[in-house]
Amino acid sequence: MATETDSKTEWQSLAADIVARALQAGATDAEAVGFESEEFSVNIRLGQVEQLTESGSRALGLRVFFPSQGGQRTASTSTSDLSREGLEQLVRGAVELAKVTGIDPFAGLPEREAFGSQNVDELALYFDDVHDIPAAERIDIARRCEAAAMGFDTRIQNSRGADFDASNARQVMVNSRGFAGEYRRSYCGFSAAPIAQDASGAMQGGSWYSSARSAKLLDSPEEIGIIAAKRALRRLGARRVPTQKCSVVFAPETARGLMGNLLNAADGDAIYRNASMFAGKLGEQVAGENITMVDDGTMVFDHALADGSTLRVGGFGTSPFDGDGLPTRRTVVIERGVLKELMLNTYTARKLGMQTTHKASRGLAGAPGIGGGNYFLEPGTATPEQIIGDVPSGLYVLQTMGTGVNLVTGDYSLGVSGLWIENGELAYPVEEITIAGNLKDMFRSVSAIGNDLEFRGSGAVPTVRVEGMTVAGS
Amino acid sequence: MASASYSLLPEITDHKRYFFEKLGLSERLLERCLGEALSAGGEFADLYFEAVTSTSLGMDEGIVKTASQGISVGCGIRVLSGERTGFAYTDDLSSDRLLKAARTAALIASGPQIERVQGFTETRTPQLYPVAGVSSDVEIAAKLKLIERADKAARDFDPRIVQVRASINDELRRILIAASDGTFASDTQPLARLNIFVIAKDEQNNMARGTSGGGGRVALDFFTGDKSPEHFAREAARTAILQLGAVAAPAGEMEVVLGPGWPGVLLHEAVGHGLEADFNRKKTSAFAGLIGQQVASSKVTVVDNGTMPGRRGSLNVDDEGNPTQETVLIENGILRGYLSDKLSSRLMKMPNTGSGRRESYQAIPMPRMTNTYMLNGEDQPEDILKSVKRGLYAVNFGGGSVDITNGKFVFTASEAYLIEDGKVTAPVKGATLIGNGPEALKYVSMVGNDLALDEGIGTCGKAGQSVPVGVGMPTVKLDRMTVGGTGR
Repeated sequence: MATETDSKTEWQSLAADIVARALQAGATDAEAVGFESEEFSVNIRLGQVEQLTESGSRALGLRVFFPSQGGQRTASTSTSDLSREGLEQLVRGAVELAKVTGIDPFAGLPEREAFGSQNVDELALYFDDVHDIPAAERIDIARRCEAAAMGFDTRIQNSRGADFDASNARQVMVNSRGFAGEYRRSYCGFSAAPIAQDASGAMQGGSWYSSARSAKLLDSPEEIGIIAAKRALRRLGARRVPTQKCSVVFAPETARGLMGNLLNAADGDAIYRNASMFAGKLGEQVAGENITMVDDGTMVFDHALADGSTLRVGGFGTSPFDGDGLPTRRTVVIERGVLKELMLNTYTARKLGMQTTHKASRGLAGAPGIGGGNYFLEPGTATPEQIIGDVPSGLYVLQTMGTGVNLVTGDYSLGVSGLWIENGELAYPVEEITIAGNLKDMFRSVSAIGNDLEFRGSGAVPTVRVEGMTVAGS
Repeated sequence: MASASYSLLPEITDHKRYFFEKLGLSERLLERCLGEALSAGGEFADLYFEAVTSTSLGMDEGIVKTASQGISVGCGIRVLSGERTGFAYTDDLSSDRLLKAARTAALIASGPQIERVQGFTETRTPQLYPVAGVSSDVEIAAKLKLIERADKAARDFDPRIVQVRASINDELRRILIAASDGTFASDTQPLARLNIFVIAKDEQNNMARGTSGGGGRVALDFFTGDKSPEHFAREAARTAILQLGAVAAPAGEMEVVLGPGWPGVLLHEAVGHGLEADFNRKKTSAFAGLIGQQVASSKVTVVDNGTMPGRRGSLNVDDEGNPTQETVLIENGILRGYLSDKLSSRLMKMPNTGSGRRESYQAIPMPRMTNTYMLNGEDQPEDILKSVKRGLYAVNFGGGSVDITNGKFVFTASEAYLIEDGKVTAPVKGATLIGNGPEALKYVSMVGNDLALDEGIGTCGKAGQSVPVGVGMPTVKLDRMTVGGTGR
């Protein structure tokens, strides 16, 4: 841990130095961010190592502000060249560039008293054990996962491969208004993508994965491999269905994308531009009363381990502070169908005459955008089997394809594959069909919400059923 | 700095001088790194040096709100051993760090050194694009002028245009590639793109969006001709206003006519990805084993061409140091070839088509498309439309995607109209079209004589890596395709 402290000081002092240099160059405010990461990735195919990557990278980003009549001018720069010359260019470039920008009455860092951070240690985002997994074991996990998939059924004779990834990343932010924050995150994960083939020669892929912040929480490679195999196999023999209106059940992995649109439409940037169907709808009913959607950047989960102990681990979307340097928080965005809060950062909140909800996301370059933490749809009580069981004839969506979601109008049209439901049973696989509707109607037509909420990533949505959508096919 | 070693290489060009003089590389250091990379028994190694400067200026609500500049410098080192790839990268170009990265990548093999580094032979490159300098103050002023003009033109188009964002992004990417097989290449690749996004709102509070943009591997003077800021701004505004009055798109299988240009994204998704050699070597593509077979109607000829001057997908050399070329993928409906890189051409014993591309020095190269388009047919576009009783005329698209393994692809229309009794009628809302790659082009029954390439906006994603590409097509009629609307 001693080395961590040393290196932490080094990164923070480098960022602080950049901020100081920007102020020396005439900026009234400045903010520097630093990203450092170590990455390992191995790809296995048919039992053999196919690609192995091991590397690290560092980069710095800077934003500067110059007050002017009625507002501020601002610009940003970033660099991976941390040489003396590179850092000079970082500062000089930002200062020069700010001169050409216009005066924006809403630009500027948050007020001094607003800054803050959740307790980094309590968020439990970093685990040494990820780094400590030996390379040979990482390769072995991927190999076992693929082997389990390949050995599951004779119709699986080929594979797009299996991989294992591990990384740890450090992020630092320092600004001229006294904020200095830093945290590390660890990540490890593996997946397999077998290919099933039927007698006609038609191929179908399937994949599944496990990911975690601590090596202790990874699933068994064999279990994941078998799930991947089943996901490929159940697509074999997929056919098309005639064009019709019917109930559509979204499995959790596709429901997440569907319901995530609620948060995308509540994005403050889209709202102030009138580029969202939720513009001007704050406080109004925008979804059915059964819909409650939460964004929470502070989640920490208690995981029961095999030895009976409990491991506290921060969520994949958890962080101590947002991209503006403000403490993350829990926000009920949609409560019983009413749009209660917007996803706002400091800038969009000012534009709308509101308070930020601490949802700023900051990359290396540019001004902060909007990005939440963890999010979830409040679960219901029905099991997925019950939700499917109530459908006389309809579609169970396992995969969506395409970009046909228009948040301005709510128009929704995507390619899908999945299983056809007949008399409440999953009957046969379907593909090369589309589903379409309008999100404004769809959010009011959710007729069932499952009890199967599980966080496999930063967002989690249980099984949901939507009525009245159009399926287009043959 | 390294001027002594620089003089060892005759006919040095500016790209090389940048790396040798400014970044302190030398031929001797490149050889040492490659030697280190091969030290554990690898059969091939290459070094990919990259220095990118990018600038972005954005006007929003009539104010230049964003200005940013980024610099990224680094080197990726790759070692091949059979089908295995070892890879490491560094953003620190000191000899210590380069040699360390080379040793890390070397460990993909395990054994004594079997290959030696060959003497470098420089790849001769054409000049498909202007070599611009890094953004100067003058250029920044000129770029600001462009986005101001775009902003104004969009607002002037119609009072219902209530929001306008205009931005210009450009980058200058310098690369240098040195490989143990003697490959030595360098290039300086400009890339510029002007983007307009508008929101229209009518008296009934209906809202719609419109986007447009274009560019390529061009200098700023590209935007002074036909492809002016006004051209793109009016296009975005026109689309948004049109969408205000759009009716529901039809649902189900029907005749579909695709307009010229960007609808060529159909080819990119339906056949392009499926013809990338890596998927076919691994037999994970729905097109695996179909060379020589009929995969499209005999009216269809599709090429991938990386040698078109100024085009967004064009390259003087690919990211493995090979010259790009024009590759026939489908000829009169027959599948002719795949797009390959060094690894796949070696393993599959087929010609290298110069298609090895990578997103950055942090990524491993793989076979990718450049500019992919269908050649002209003999039909008049108006005859094609007249031939349709009831169908969809799609002239502009958003993105698309494909499942390589089962061949299913989608692409989403952003501007489309109904065709009724041979006439183009009401505009329809956006809808996703879906098809099966190895089947879809068999239903091409008419091909127009109006081939056009897109405006220069395409970015293709594969295995997490994004690269700029172009697409194109003449007006084409497909006798059947599934349209994902909600109407009848």
